[in-house]
Amino acid sequence: MQDEVVKNIILGEDDNYIINVGPQHPSTHGVLRFEVSLQGETIKKVIPHCGYIHRGIEKMSERLTYPQIIHLTDRMDYLSAHMNNEAVCLCVEKALEVEVPERVLYIRTILNELNRIASHQLWWCAMGMDLGALTTFFYGLRDREKILDIFEESFGTRLIQSVNTPGGLMQDIHPGFQKRITEFIKYFRKKLPEYDQLLTGNVIFRERTEGIAIMTREDAVQYGVTGPSGRASGLSCDIRKIAPYGAYPRVSFKEVLRTEGDTLARYKVRIEEMYESMKILEQLTDNIPLGDYTAKMKAVIRLPAGEFYQRVETARGELGVYIVSDGNKTPYRIKFRAPNFSNLFVISKLAVGYKIADLIAISGSLDLVIPDIDR
Amino acid sequence: MILVIDVYDFSGLTQAIDKSLKAVMSPGWATFAEYVIIGLIFLIFYAILGLFLVYAERKVCAFIQNRLGPNRVGPLGIFQTIADLIKLLMKELVPIKNADKLLFNIAPFIVIIASFMAIASIPFARGLQALDFNIGVFYIVAVSSLGVVGILLAGWSSNSKYSLIGAMRSGAQVISYELSVGLSLLTVVVFAGTMQLSEIIESQANGWWIFKGHVPALTAFIVFLIASTAETNRGPFDLAEAESELTAGFHTEYSGIRFAFFFLAEFMNMFIVASLATTVFLGGWMPLHFGTGGVFNRIMDFIPPVVWFFVKTGIVIYIMMWFKWTFPRLRIDQLLTLEWKYLLPINLFNITLVAFLTLMGWHF
Repeated sequence: MQDEVVKNIILGEDDNYIINVGPQHPSTHGVLRFEVSLQGETIKKVIPHCGYIHRGIEKMSERLTYPQIIHLTDRMDYLSAHMNNEAVCLCVEKALEVEVPERVLYIRTILNELNRIASHQLWWCAMGMDLGALTTFFYGLRDREKILDIFEESFGTRLIQSVNTPGGLMQDIHPGFQKRITEFIKYFRKKLPEYDQLLTGNVIFRERTEGIAIMTREDAVQYGVTGPSGRASGLSCDIRKIAPYGAYPRVSFKEVLRTEGDTLARYKVRIEEMYESMKILEQLTDNIPLGDYTAKMKAVIRLPAGEFYQRVETARGELGVYIVSDGNKTPYRIKFRAPNFSNLFVISKLAVGYKIADLIAISGSLDLVIPDIDR
Repeated sequence: MILVIDVYDFSGLTQAIDKSLKAVMSPGWATFAEYVIIGLIFLIFYAILGLFLVYAERKVCAFIQNRLGPNRVGPLGIFQTIADLIKLLMKELVPIKNADKLLFNIAPFIVIIASFMAIASIPFARGLQALDFNIGVFYIVAVSSLGVVGILLAGWSSNSKYSLIGAMRSGAQVISYELSVGLSLLTVVVFAGTMQLSEIIESQANGWWIFKGHVPALTAFIVFLIASTAETNRGPFDLAEAESELTAGFHTEYSGIRFAFFFLAEFMNMFIVASLATTVFLGGWMPLHFGTGGVFNRIMDFIPPVVWFFVKTGIVIYIMMWFKWTFPRLRIDQLLTLEWKYLLPINLFNITLVAFLTLMGWHF
C-alpha cells in the first residue's frame, strides 16, 4: 500500500513535525489514529493506524450459530446494519439453497434503501460539521429521526434492526409501514434540494472540496475502493447492478457515476444516490406482495461442508461474506471483506500535499465508519 | 443634593459627580476616585454584558439549529451562563508540564486587558464615554491588536503541537485582517474629517454615514464586517480554534478561569467590533430620521440614545452570529487569499474613491 513517492519519507527522522489526529478526536468519527507528518501546514505523509476497536467478530463467530452471527454483524458498519445482516442471510440461504418468499425480498430491499438514506444523511450532516457548518448536523439528524421512527414502529429498534434471519424475517412489518414510507418520501423530496443548496451552492464549501484529493480510477482499482467513493472516480462497482440480489432485478434505477474523483464528486455521488434510493422505494413500497414473511427452516441450521461467498452493496461499498463450513452448526471460518478497510488506506495517497484542514474534509468525504475497519 | 439624570445628555450627570467629589477631597484624590469608580463600573458592565452575550449566542445558535437552547436554569434559561461561570471557577487549573509558566499564565490576561482597553472608549450616549481621545479610531484599532500577542503567547507556551498550529494560524490571520479593518474605518474618517469618536457621531446628526456616503460607505461597511469577524476569530474564520480539527486550537490546554477569560474576551471583542461598526457607519447613538421634522422623527428622538446604541449593536451582533452558524469554515490559505487578493485591493480602491468624493463634495 506504500507508493514510491511516499516511501522515501521516514517518520521519526529529523525535520519531521508529527502530530496525531486521533484516536480521540471530534472528527474521525470513531477511534482511528492518523499519524501525520507535517511541513508547516502541508501534509508530507499520513499513516492511518486502525485496530483500536477490534472486537474479534470473526473469531467470536466461530463459536456462534448462524442466526447468532447475524446479530454480531450489525455492529460492524452500524449505519448499514440491515445490509450487513442481509449479507450473512443471503450467504446462508445460498448454501442451503433455500427459496425465500417474495414478500421477504421486497421488505429486505426496502429496508436496505431506507438504511442507505439514513446512512447518507448522517454522512451529510457529519461532513458539514467537519467543515465547520455546525448547523447541518441538526438538519440531517432531524430527517434521520423520521426514518428511525419507521424502524422503531415496526421492529422496536432504531439503528440496528436485527430483523433478518436465514430464510426470511423474524417478524412481519407493522401495518402502517407503507404509509409512513410514502409520507417520508414526500417530506424528504422537498428537503433534499434545500440541503443541496445550503452546502453545495456555498462558495466556501466548494472552495474546500473542489479539486481536492483527486482519486483516479486506477487508484480506486488498486486500493480496492468501492461504494460511492469509487463511483466518484468512474469505477462502476455497484453490486446492485453487477450481481443483483433481493428485489433489485425488478426495479429500475441509475448507477450514479462521476469522473472527477475529487471530494466534491464524492459528495455529489452520495446526494444523487439518495435520490435514486427514493426512486427505488417509490417503486417497491406500494407493491409488497402478501404472503409468508419467512421460509420454513429447520430449528438448527447446518451448512453443508464447503466455501460460500456472497457480496452486497452497503452504503459504503462492497461487503463480502466468506463462510468456510465443515458441516457443523457453527462456521469453521467466516471472513468479512469490509468496504471501509479498503476505503481507508487510500488516504495515505490522497492527502499528501494538502493541508490539515483538507485531511478532515477528505476523511469526511470517504465516509468511514471505524468499527467496520477493525471488526 | 438632587442628581438629575438627563438621558439625552450625560455630561450634566458627570459634571455633577465631578464637582461633588472635588468638594470633599483634593483634586488629585478626586481624579483617582473617579478612575476607580469608572474602572469598577466597566468591570461590572464587561462581566454582565459577557454573560448576556453568551446566553444570546446559545439561544440564537439553537434556534438556527431547530432546537431550543438553554431552557432549564431559570425562566427561559437566563441563568445558564451564571451556572457555567460558577462551574468554570470551580474547575482545577491543570498545570502543564514543561510549559513556559510565566507566559502561560499571563496570556489570558493580555487578551482580556486588550479588549478591556478598547471597551473603555466606546460612546454609549452623548457624554457617556470614558475615554474620548481625539485619535479615537486609531486608539481602538491599536489597542485591539494587542490581543494577538496574548493568542500567540498562549499557543506557544502551551508546549503542545495542536496549540502551536492554532496560534500560528491565528497570528497570521489577525495581523492580515487588521489592515482591512483600519482601511475600511478610514473611509468614514475621511468623510467626517475627524478620528474622534464623539465627533464622528455628531457628524451623523443629519443622517448615518452608511446612507450619506452611499457606495463607498456601503462597501466599507461590508468589508468591515468581514474583516472584523476575521479579526475576532469568529464565524467562518474560526480555524484557530476549529473544534473539528484541532479540538480547541490555541486554548486547548487552558482550563477553568483562564479558559473563561479567552472565551469572554472573544465575545467582548465581538461586541467591540459591532459597536465600532455602529459608531462609525450606523450613527452610534443617533436616532433614525427620515427627512427633517415630522411626528416620526419626534418619536425617534424620544427614544433614549442608549437604547438606540444597544439596539443597533445588537443587530450587528445578530448578523455576525447568523453567518457563523450557517457557513462552513475557510482554510488558512483561502482566508489569507481572501484578505490579500480581494479585500485589500477593494479597500484601496475604496479609499481613493472616498478621497475623490470628499474633494468633489459628492456626498450627502
